[in-house]
Amino acid sequence: MPIDIDIAHVARLARLSLSDTELETYKAQLGVILDHAAQVQSLEGDPQAESVHPLGFVNAFRDDEVRPSLDRGEVLKQAPDTEDGYFVVPPALETE
Amino acid sequence: MSLHELSVVEAGRRLRAGETSSVELLEANLDRASRTEAQIHAYLTIDREGAREAASQADADLADGIDHGPLHGIPVALKDNMCTRGIETTASSQILAGYVPPYDATVVARLRDAGAVIVGKTNLDEFAMGSSTENSAYGTSYNPWDISRVPGGSSGGSAAAVAAGSAFVALGSDTGGSVRQPASLSGVVGLKPTYGTVSRYGLIAFASSLDQIGPLSRSVEDSAVTLETIWGHDPLDATSHAGEYPTPSAALEKGVSGLRIGVVRELAGEGYEPAVESGVSGMIDRLSDAGGEVTEVSLPTFEIALSAYYLIAPAEASANLARFDGIRYGLRVDGSTTEELMARTRAEGFGPEVLRRILLGTYALSAGYYDAFYGQAQKVRSAIQSDFSRAYEEVDVLVSPTSPTVAFEAGARVDNPLAMYLSDICTIPSNLAGHPAISVPIGVDDGNLPIGFQVMAPALGETVMFQAAAEVERLAAFTARPILAEVAS
Amino acid sequence: MNEVRSMSWESVIGIEVHVELSTKSKMFCGCVVEFGAEPNTNVCPVCLGLPGALPVPNRKAIEWIMAIGLAFNCEVSERSVFHRKSYFYADLPKGYQISQFDIPVCHDGYLDVSVDGETRRIGIERAHMEEDTGKSTHVGDGGRIHSAQSTLLDFNRSGVPLVEIVTRPDIRGAFEARAYAQKLRAVVAELGASDARLEEGSIRFDANVSIRPVGSETLGTKVEVKNMNSFRSLERAVDFEIERQIALVEGGGKVIQETRHWDEEAGVTHSMRVKEGSSDYRYFTEPDLVPMVMSEQWVSEVRASLPELPDDRKARYEAHGLDADLAGVLSGSPPEMRRIYEEATAAGADSRRAANWLTGEVAAWLRRTETEPSHLTLDASQLGGLVEIVDEGVVSSSAAKEVLVGVLEGEGSPRQVAETRDLIQISDTSALEEIVDGVLADNPEAVDSYRAGEQKVVGFLVGQVMRVSQGKADPKVVNSLLAERLSS
Repeated sequence: MPIDIDIAHVARLARLSLSDTELETYKAQLGVILDHAAQVQSLEGDPQAESVHPLGFVNAFRDDEVRPSLDRGEVLKQAPDTEDGYFVVPPALETE
Repeated sequence: MSLHELSVVEAGRRLRAGETSSVELLEANLDRASRTEAQIHAYLTIDREGAREAASQADADLADGIDHGPLHGIPVALKDNMCTRGIETTASSQILAGYVPPYDATVVARLRDAGAVIVGKTNLDEFAMGSSTENSAYGTSYNPWDISRVPGGSSGGSAAAVAAGSAFVALGSDTGGSVRQPASLSGVVGLKPTYGTVSRYGLIAFASSLDQIGPLSRSVEDSAVTLETIWGHDPLDATSHAGEYPTPSAALEKGVSGLRIGVVRELAGEGYEPAVESGVSGMIDRLSDAGGEVTEVSLPTFEIALSAYYLIAPAEASANLARFDGIRYGLRVDGSTTEELMARTRAEGFGPEVLRRILLGTYALSAGYYDAFYGQAQKVRSAIQSDFSRAYEEVDVLVSPTSPTVAFEAGARVDNPLAMYLSDICTIPSNLAGHPAISVPIGVDDGNLPIGFQVMAPALGETVMFQAAAEVERLAAFTARPILAEVAS
Repeated sequence: MNEVRSMSWESVIGIEVHVELSTKSKMFCGCVVEFGAEPNTNVCPVCLGLPGALPVPNRKAIEWIMAIGLAFNCEVSERSVFHRKSYFYADLPKGYQISQFDIPVCHDGYLDVSVDGETRRIGIERAHMEEDTGKSTHVGDGGRIHSAQSTLLDFNRSGVPLVEIVTRPDIRGAFEARAYAQKLRAVVAELGASDARLEEGSIRFDANVSIRPVGSETLGTKVEVKNMNSFRSLERAVDFEIERQIALVEGGGKVIQETRHWDEEAGVTHSMRVKEGSSDYRYFTEPDLVPMVMSEQWVSEVRASLPELPDDRKARYEAHGLDADLAGVLSGSPPEMRRIYEEATAAGADSRRAANWLTGEVAAWLRRTETEPSHLTLDASQLGGLVEIVDEGVVSSSAAKEVLVGVLEGEGSPRQVAETRDLIQISDTSALEEIVDGVLADNPEAVDSYRAGEQKVVGFLVGQVMRVSQGKADPKVVNSLLAERLSS
């Protein structure tokens, strides 16, 4: 049984501007895939792994040392729109 | 044997013997590429100038007595999801069309330091999501054994180039099988190392807890020496192993006498082509004859490994791909607000498979669904790790087919995502556990399409894994090469 | 400001603080942490969110958050992990922030705040580690976000280590909110963990404000208030919001859960645009990082490295004989002032008097002249000298205030200033006798009033003596002479 999902909501969360047709297609495809993926719920028990990383180490840190930054020219070269050293975008509708 | 068909080790021997030069090896490589690209489209970018400079430098260094090791002077191809400074890196996506990274991935820097000659960037499924390379935004690659078929994916370009002889060795990345499965379909050796042993710094991330870079090569020995060149602790990668590393290249002659070999029960049966199954079981018999102690082992959670993978990987990917928003680099589609700009850029810049996985991953993490999907998938992952641990109490290595089928026809699975995902059923468990696994070509089926044999080992068990893989290679004596009509481009 | 407006309401307030740590480099990369640099000059693949980049945590930042947690009496988690907090915003380069969700580094602490002579214990729920975002500057009419034409982005701040400290909803009233914020800021700055400058944004406060009938146990709907850029505006904003909610509810309305923006000029909070659906941050454990284990040994090392904190210092001052209020004020005073106190008292000066001078007249002078405490040129011996000359009666206590000013302005030692400014008291009995007799002679009506029972007239007579003596008569001697003369 394909799973029914609120595809429009998911697309909004993922910042994807999709057409109605596209949304319908993905909704159907995802429903089938999720139905299969839901098999994970058939697992018995409640295993808790020590760690996801197979080597299980902890505390991977770096020292508080300054390293060279990128050259600003190189950084801005790739950007679609810049001004006076800033990246430029249209205004946001909402604030975070 | 033509120059471009040599193994890395043999090419290296001839270099040091003065029988060839790095420049000569490179020109043979480039020439072969120019004659085969029209059929297989393995490359997205070839950096002739940079490569020629590096080859000349390699020759000069050798002449001065400077020898950087087994990859010195050897042309190498890189999957186009590894950042190369100054060379366009697209991850086969429109959203990164024209993107030139300002830095090298750590593996790239290590290759350069090792004197390797970087030839170019190979094709892949967009953002490494796929099993056929058909999801590339720049056109698919084709299998040199039959150019109406796929080379596998997502490292299809790298596999095709090594198989066709237009690369001596190539790097790919493996998240759910993306090095091993194309290696299997294209008749080359493909390795996924232990998670954390090869730096991911500079690898465009798909699924952070699963991705590992590994070589595709024409021999098991080439694989071992390439691995030993690129792996090692990297302070720029917090998941990088800082302890001891084994030396698998020293174990290649040991044979399998007394080695306990477990055949995974769950990786057989329905969905597996008969030729694949008979090829694999034939090899298992020969391993037994060679002194291996073969038993069958059951890892029951393998049945739901695919399901867990198709929740975990897209979930991580949905976050990893959130940085592609049209603001700092890459494609931008304009909008009157930032929200619009981002949403349009992403919808246009990503292909359908990528969009599917982002949606899937976002859903699996979203409020109300996290526990049943992503949360539950992580539990399955723990269970898989337990199954492996239990198995490795009884055996030293595990074996299976690499892929349930040989290379399928281009277009055969594009409309059926789930069918495509089933290509990875044998390879996924190793990614979930973070264990090493290698695919070795062992023969062809009646259609002259390669069959791959997979050897798996515990974390940091590369030594015993290569020991078994080398024996498989010896027993298979697989020397066939694809017959690829050369067409001058 | 009273927390209870009408008889029936109380405010329930929680405060979230973001503190930028003063590490040399950023949280997950080696870019320098620097205020006011040219835009996008302190960025790298990691903090810019370039494809392929990976984070590696700054050990010093973890030690700072442990120190902050310990300073606020928190438990340090034995094991802690990072999470990805996903949302899209232009100044968030990866489209997620590396933060912490359910296992923060520190949790369950408190900070004691003095309000109206009472000690209020404000519970601290957690302190967690995260990274800062870039900065957006909205360009267009008026600079307000809704009328902006475009946004400029600077990622220098992206990746700076940020500690988020969240209280329980224990705060009552705007004054207490301000007091908490000020004390928290002082402790953090004292630790050296951060510059903690509100005006630079290295410390930021958000308030969650709700109201409920007095006596009720349930929490009302809370409103988040942002954009308070000074302690004063924090207090004003919280106060306004409390009033607004009370007025709303008393008028029959309901408080909506929302985020409001404080407008300092207009003195009101504005509703910010309600987001489409509430935020679903889709937290999951950060796969690019491994867990952190804060061993007992590591925690002990951090604890041992902590400087003396205000509350411990206050207790120590109380042991010197200062009362609680004075001890509290002094312990919260700038380090330069406290140093002078410590040195002066070590050299033998009376602790209460030294403390009173510093927290009273010296502090007032600093404010009046807008001098930074670090530019204070008073030394311990001068303070000691000041206390001495008052004790010895060389100057009157009121004249001593002027002497202090002279010392602060560099005119010399207290004795020198007293002389130069002609403030030396006349204590000589015979000289004063003369003046007193003269005043009595000049004011017979006053003398008669006194003799008739009007005791108050002594004040007038003292005043006259002071006038004649140009303020230099020693009031004690004057009083005793007058008493003598008038009683005979």
